[in-house]
Amino acid sequence: MSTYSTNEFKNGLKIMLDSDPCSIIENEFVKPGKGQAFNRVRIRNLKTGRVVERTFKSGDTVEGADVVDVEMQYLYSDGEFWYFMSPETYEQLGADKTAVGDSAKWLKEQALCLVTLWNGVPLSVEPPVHVVLKVADTDPGVRGDTSGGGGKPATLETGAVVRVPLFINVGDSLKVNTQTGEYIARAKE
Amino acid sequence: MPAPRNNGQARHEDRLGALRGRAALLTQVRAFFAGRGYLEVETPVLGRAGAADAQLAQFALRDPLYGCLYLQTSPEYAMKRLLASGSGSIFQVTKAFRQGEAGRFHNPEFTLVEWYGVGYDHRRLIEEACALIARLVPSLTSEARLMSFRQAFRDRLGIDPIDDPSKRLRECAHAHLPSTRALTLNDRDALLDLLMSHAVAPHFPTDSLTVIMDYPASQAALARINPEGLADRFEIYCGALELANGFHEEANRDEYAARFAAEARKRRARGLPAIAQDEQLLAALAEGDFPDCAGCALGFDRVLMLALDATHIDEVLAFPIGQT
Repeated sequence: MSTYSTNEFKNGLKIMLDSDPCSIIENEFVKPGKGQAFNRVRIRNLKTGRVVERTFKSGDTVEGADVVDVEMQYLYSDGEFWYFMSPETYEQLGADKTAVGDSAKWLKEQALCLVTLWNGVPLSVEPPVHVVLKVADTDPGVRGDTSGGGGKPATLETGAVVRVPLFINVGDSLKVNTQTGEYIARAKE
Repeated sequence: MPAPRNNGQARHEDRLGALRGRAALLTQVRAFFAGRGYLEVETPVLGRAGAADAQLAQFALRDPLYGCLYLQTSPEYAMKRLLASGSGSIFQVTKAFRQGEAGRFHNPEFTLVEWYGVGYDHRRLIEEACALIARLVPSLTSEARLMSFRQAFRDRLGIDPIDDPSKRLRECAHAHLPSTRALTLNDRDALLDLLMSHAVAPHFPTDSLTVIMDYPASQAALARINPEGLADRFEIYCGALELANGFHEEANRDEYAARFAAEARKRRARGLPAIAQDEQLLAALAEGDFPDCAGCALGFDRVLMLALDATHIDEVLAFPIGQT
């Protein structure tokens, strides 16, 4: 496995810390003119999502983490695993609940997701930013009200619940932002 | 005022604005020293000898005539040779080079303002340095605050950085700085550097200068050791940002040789490259005419950052190293 010196630290670099894969999100070089240099680093643990701060002596080395982001198509879930396929190699992988996490509620068959792999095993799954999903359940629509004011909850076909305008009906297709969890517009069929 | 046409245009405008600010401040620096009877000098940035300091990594170049040449990490040694030859008070604005230093407040090539006041002690020089910085950065409103190295650590961390055992300092570092719990801290000076840069200096006020003095003898560099066994060395901070470093200068040739040797030992122990010692400086000091003086090096780019309210050193350079 590769090792990195603090001199190579930059945002996005994937390193191992306390046996977990991590990503550097901020690297500050601190050096008294006549003294020891340090790298003060903010690091996201890619397993837990937690951000920690770590100080290294400049010149120290750390082990690199074999972490790659690949675009994969979501296939189906058997309840325990969510299966993805590489559109290039047709290789299939199962991601467990920990890896999929909150993204599960946005996953519709064939959606192209960003799957982060650590040593070839899915670590996390990011759905597309915008998805089009059908409304599975909501209170009946109010005809003529297109103001979008007020609103009501709607459960989508994948299980996500979003706030929608009053005129939305069961069966409507909606464009939704998965990062904010917000309704954007009604989508054409 | 017309809006910038595009990002590229805006970038050019920002760069030119920073360069105008730089030129204006340089004019002020020169006026300041001229008004105080200093002679402006120029010394080589390329030389056959390097700085002894084990904490500084120098760029070593190879020349077909002279072999190894070093880009200077500061003009200190050359200026001291001038002082020994009877120059009187001198100042210089020069480029300095340090390997491996890059970040928000570091660029491997940077500008130093360095000066030596003949007949000065470090206290008189502190006053002068603060007056210069105050002139260059009018937004620094209140008076500079002077504080001993010991007092700064006591106030913030409740430890004595001079007399407490290293074990106590290490426990303090690990207790105050969770980010360092995996760090091996065996070297006392590295421990003090860590505490100063991570736990003490970040609490200095950002709207005024803080001057730290009376450094532990192990961090004397080339400052005199006073009767209390502490170094007559000072650092000037604005917030956590280190702006200047100065000494009441040691004058004894053998003391220089001993400190150079100590740094050379540190280099060997750490597996760092040996540096050709500045024999010319030692010879100049041996003649015994080195005047009683105090000297100070000011990080000009950082002062310019404060004056222009910049957040990254790149903003005040024509072309930061990444864009060269």
